[in-house]
Amino acid sequence: MTDLSNQTPLAPPRSQWRNVWDQLKKHKGALLGGGFLVFITLAVLLGPYVWTLDPQKIDYRARDFRPIYHALFDADAKTAWANPLGTDQLGRDGLANILAGGRTSMAVGWAAMLLTLFIGTMIGVVAGFFKKLDGPLMRLTDLFLSLPILPLLLVAVTLFREPLRGNFGPEGGMFILIVAIIGITSWMPTARIVRGDVLALKEREFVLAARSIGTKPGAMIWRHLLPNVISPIMVSATLGLAAAIITESALSFLGVGFPSDFPTWGKMLADAVQRMEEFPERVMLPGIAISLTVLSVNYLGDGLRDALDPRIRGR
Amino acid sequence: MLTFTIRRLILSVPTLLFISLVIFLLLELAPGDPMAQVPLTVPPEVKEKMREALGLGQPMHIRFWKWLVQFFWIEPQVMIDHYFGTTYAVGDLRVISWQTRSPVMDTVVQRIPQTLWVVGTAYIVGILIALPIGIYSAYRQYSVFDQCGTFVTMIGFSIPPFFTGPLLIVVFSVQLGWFPFIYDTTHVVDDWDSFVYQLRQMILPVMVLALQTTAQISRYMRASMLDNMNQDYVRTARAKGLSEAVVVMVHVLRNSMIPVVTVIALGMPAIFGGAIITEQVFSVNGIGSQLITALFANDLPTVQTLTFIFAMLIVFFNLIADILYGLLDPRIRYD
Amino acid sequence: MKLKTLLLGAIAGTALAPAAFAERGSDGHVNIIYWQAPSILNPYLSSGTKDIESASLVVEPLGRYDQDGALVAYLAEEIPTVENGGVSADLKSITWKLKSGLKWSDGSAVTSADVKFTADYCMNPEGGCAQLAKFEGVESVEIIDDLTVTVTFGEAKPNPYGPFMGGQSPIIQMAQFENCTGAKAPECTEANFGPIGTGPFVVTDFRPNDVISMVANENYRDAAKPAFASLTFKGGGDATASGRAVLETGEYDYAWNLQLAPDVLAKMAEGGKGTAVSAFGTLVERIEMNMTDPSPSLEEGVRATAAAPHPALSDINVRKAMSMAIDRDLLVEIGYGQAGRPTCNLVPAPLAYASDNTDCLTQDIAGANALLDEAGWAKGSDGVRAKDGVRLSMVYQTSTNAVRQDFQALIKQWWEEIGVETELRNINASVFFGGDPGSPDTFQRFYADVEMYANNFDGTDPESYLAQHTCDKAPKPESQWQGENINRYCDPAYDELVAELGRTGELSKRGEIAKKLNDMLTKESYVVVPLVDRGRVSAHANSLGGVILNTWDSELWNAADWYRIK
Repeated sequence: MTDLSNQTPLAPPRSQWRNVWDQLKKHKGALLGGGFLVFITLAVLLGPYVWTLDPQKIDYRARDFRPIYHALFDADAKTAWANPLGTDQLGRDGLANILAGGRTSMAVGWAAMLLTLFIGTMIGVVAGFFKKLDGPLMRLTDLFLSLPILPLLLVAVTLFREPLRGNFGPEGGMFILIVAIIGITSWMPTARIVRGDVLALKEREFVLAARSIGTKPGAMIWRHLLPNVISPIMVSATLGLAAAIITESALSFLGVGFPSDFPTWGKMLADAVQRMEEFPERVMLPGIAISLTVLSVNYLGDGLRDALDPRIRGR
Repeated sequence: MLTFTIRRLILSVPTLLFISLVIFLLLELAPGDPMAQVPLTVPPEVKEKMREALGLGQPMHIRFWKWLVQFFWIEPQVMIDHYFGTTYAVGDLRVISWQTRSPVMDTVVQRIPQTLWVVGTAYIVGILIALPIGIYSAYRQYSVFDQCGTFVTMIGFSIPPFFTGPLLIVVFSVQLGWFPFIYDTTHVVDDWDSFVYQLRQMILPVMVLALQTTAQISRYMRASMLDNMNQDYVRTARAKGLSEAVVVMVHVLRNSMIPVVTVIALGMPAIFGGAIITEQVFSVNGIGSQLITALFANDLPTVQTLTFIFAMLIVFFNLIADILYGLLDPRIRYD
Repeated sequence: MKLKTLLLGAIAGTALAPAAFAERGSDGHVNIIYWQAPSILNPYLSSGTKDIESASLVVEPLGRYDQDGALVAYLAEEIPTVENGGVSADLKSITWKLKSGLKWSDGSAVTSADVKFTADYCMNPEGGCAQLAKFEGVESVEIIDDLTVTVTFGEAKPNPYGPFMGGQSPIIQMAQFENCTGAKAPECTEANFGPIGTGPFVVTDFRPNDVISMVANENYRDAAKPAFASLTFKGGGDATASGRAVLETGEYDYAWNLQLAPDVLAKMAEGGKGTAVSAFGTLVERIEMNMTDPSPSLEEGVRATAAAPHPALSDINVRKAMSMAIDRDLLVEIGYGQAGRPTCNLVPAPLAYASDNTDCLTQDIAGANALLDEAGWAKGSDGVRAKDGVRLSMVYQTSTNAVRQDFQALIKQWWEEIGVETELRNINASVFFGGDPGSPDTFQRFYADVEMYANNFDGTDPESYLAQHTCDKAPKPESQWQGENINRYCDPAYDELVAELGRTGELSKRGEIAKKLNDMLTKESYVVVPLVDRGRVSAHANSLGGVILNTWDSELWNAADWYRIK
């Protein structure tokens, strides 16, 4: 969503970006994906103002309601228009939870994914481009790959929860902690992939040519290397978003996530697994939400990659 | 390349020592108590005595030194004794787990078979499916095959194993009754029937794990192939009359392998590390479950040893990947 | 309906029994699954339930508790009491007599030397014995003759059934463990993984944290038992998987401790392959009220210690109102079903010690609100009550666990209805229940206003359990935050009554004191707010007969009597 809205103001000054935008518009998948992302982002941002039920409100007399569409094929099903997507085992409203959960999951997913990409790409490019830094940075990557995650989490929680809670409140503090932890523990594959590509790229003729006309390292990385490693980065971004949303729920399993009454898609999915035979909608709804979000990021990424490649753009 | 390899191998010794120290300090710093799973009915004084018996009272540097000696000096001797019938290590104290009070390496050796059977097979199956999907999807970009592949792999990746595992169990074990879902680690394969049983009990966890691997690797394969498909050298190759098969499978594939090799190499140590959630769902009890039970029980010697073996494999496979880069693209020079 | 099926099953079981196990090993193989896998088979080196219960198939104590908590002789001829002369009149010694002709599974005879050795093994100061508390107060263990030992205590012991009683302190073989005492105990891997015992089964293969293979003990004292020739004890996975394996697919015959939501369990039971059984013990899920101030603004050393009383929870009206706001029936219905019942007692059983305290069972939100109004806690504009600048804002922590998180959500809602703001926090169980003095998140350190967990006591005597709440047992920085008086309750009258309980031998008098102590902690002060008396749910295949669920001892206590219903 951010990508899409950012493109527009950038468009007028340079024709290259106009070309990119024109190409992107032609890419059906990208349009669909982008459209869905805008929709779901608006839904989770504005939805709670339209659907004002409190997601944490327990109404145990109305528990285990089925989604409204159940009434179509099963007249006896417990359904109510007050809870169009049903309620959970404590009577919390399904729709309100999906909306509230989406807000958190999207925020955690995007923030953690961007952090991962930023650290990973930076370390990867620097290690690949500057021979002197390659060794130390890659050994650092080995070190981070080897660290056991659970103890790392526990240490982080012990050290930082109280100060963060004091400064940003229980949820805000946890958000920063979770994003930071996911970012710090998942940048390594991106870094190694980017480095591998850069190692090969920097021996290519065009880089040699650029160097021979005196291009500075910064400009070299920005203009020549990064555009050429964009496609693995896009894949990392897509996979990273899915991984971040799921990891967040695994963290609350381990007791280091958000407070237990704070819904997220991952946690809703995890909680519903036990009852997936009787209430398949409870796993399906968050599952579909996660999958569709990831799919649309994937298609948008595909479209962007195609649009950014001048060789494809011509076709 | 040879000097590079040797230099890296030598350099990996201090690297690994440093990693082991960092892991040790991290475990020390992490809150936790090996007595956490002892029932609350046991009084604190008794717990304190039990902690002392585990050697927890000793200062940190002594415990680290002890672990180093046990892991790098005594354990190799035990291995030599085992294979050559010598008696170098008799009477020496090995790395002992706090949970089971038995040598950690014995349990590791015991668990390698099921880990390799399940996680290893899943990884190989995953790669074997992913590569063709990735190549063909890129070759026929936006074809029906590509769209389906994208759809299935992305959904496969965004659905976590804690959901796919139970889902497969409900469908294939409970409803259809085709496969058992509690993995029998005592099962011995010695004839055709027992092999068939082994396949039946492996199939569900392998499916869950292979889905993740396939999704990841096929995406990187496809993206990287696409990058190369439109390069000038491909046009040149076609222009000189090479068949499509040669162009794609030799020229493009070779140049597209660098990111894929990286991803595969990053996943290799994970085979040894096991698959924590999937192993738990199917009670496979491989090394993944050994690690997670040790973590929950704060069994530090086991956690330290397993993570360190894991670290060695990471360093080793990343070295292999670096060497492979050089072979795939001779322009890459490390010297 | 469930109870009825259970009863019918039990009657059918007894009726069939004589015909069913006519011969040892005639019923083939039995599969048991525990979702926590055993790590070791020596109960003296680990007190995990999984380890003790798996070991109970192999090693046996002199006597066990049966399903009603009554004492039953196993290796002993009979249970010694004051009446039969086995326990001395001054309660300072107990004399056990072994059955004659008992054999270890290797064929050698069981003698009183083995019994004495067991005590020495555990009481060795360097061994780190996990069951040391069972041998508390033991002065000496003397061999009288080949089959008789006398245990002498330092002072009068109203409950002398600590040593050699129950699954936690079985008899181990002297010949096998002779060289494994003290610091060498952990090195004897072979013995710890395959103890020689007197129980119905013998270990053939032990894989730590994975699976145990066993065969029938050829030297078991009853020639007709066990009915099963071999046994597989699988560990690992989760409660859902093991429930499925017994109730839905029938791959396994017995599954332990199915901590599942009642609707999930009911759905599984529809599979028709097995039956879920439940029984109650002394495990009580409770909320502890912190009597000290855990505020982060206090400096370390003062925070959460007696030096800083809690600004709000020191007021008994607040504690009482918070207890009144809870609907325990609903908690049971949502979280435990047949495996739970609402309780107001810290000691819910056995009958002789359980108080008839029921006044908390009905939820009374209006009453709670009135109580708080009366006490001067006025609702502010945000709906949160405050008095003299102190807001009723609570951090409510517990360990990570699906049922506990549901409870937290429900209770939070009720408390907000009476104007108590609640912030939930859940902590990884291995940190929460660990005693790491460096961690701020342990339940002993209690850096929260209220916390929820479950606790119980071993055997049937609550003396040491109730003694946990004396003033000196409060966790504090000087004691490295170790201590069992979690809520820091401190009342000299309580301490005195505990001391009196320690001096009293007469059973009815003991019961009276225990009930009084229980009431002091619950309905008289509300420092402990009991919620649910948690039972145990296990499941067995419909074809497995003879199962009697026992929460006072190992669940597998009568595995020798199990048989296959044909």
